[in-house]
Amino acid sequence: MSKTKSTSCACGGSVTMLVPCSGAADTGEIADRAARKFAEGGCAGMFCLAGVGANLSGFIASAKGADRLLVIDGCKLDCAHKTLAERGITENIIHVRVTDLGIVKGKSPATDERIDTVVAELGKKLTASLK
Amino acid sequence: MLIQILGTGCPKCRKLEENARQAAQELNLDFRIEKVKDLQQIMAFGVMVTPALVVDGVVKVAGKIPGVQDIKKMLVK
Repeated sequence: MSKTKSTSCACGGSVTMLVPCSGAADTGEIADRAARKFAEGGCAGMFCLAGVGANLSGFIASAKGADRLLVIDGCKLDCAHKTLAERGITENIIHVRVTDLGIVKGKSPATDERIDTVVAELGKKLTASLK
Repeated sequence: MLIQILGTGCPKCRKLEENARQAAQELNLDFRIEKVKDLQQIMAFGVMVTPALVVDGVVKVAGKIPGVQDIKKMLVK
């Protein structure tokens, strides 16, 4: 859990959760670090995808109860998106794929510049979803 | 049956408790309701949005307040 609003009262407003794949590849690392950087802004909180994969009821119910899920996959395998779908979590999802942003898997160390590219995309898509 | 209401005590938490109690009573269940307000305990359930409804250790819903009829279905499953 982080310093972000990972657990909050539903009365406090809408809840946006960041769900990075956090995969082993460089693009998975970028997804994870971009999510954490975005969370620092306070617009969304980090979410534990592993809890969904482990079929833990609290995580699944929380994902279903969020107003929106910012799902970040490192590559077109879309592991995060598919992990959620396996548990019936298919609604209120905003999907960002790192490799769709010109970042090549296996050839892209997680630099600040690449992380910022993903953070900017997250901001753009979240803002668009709120309009 | 142990019914737990996870939340810090806001009006939505109280509404969820009220609905859960009514649902359990209408089903004539032998139940006990416990309120969990401590954030560390709430997070131990893996719950990241509240209020949440837990039935015998299984989180049935989080971040929403189901109606009595919907809760009845959760209690009999």
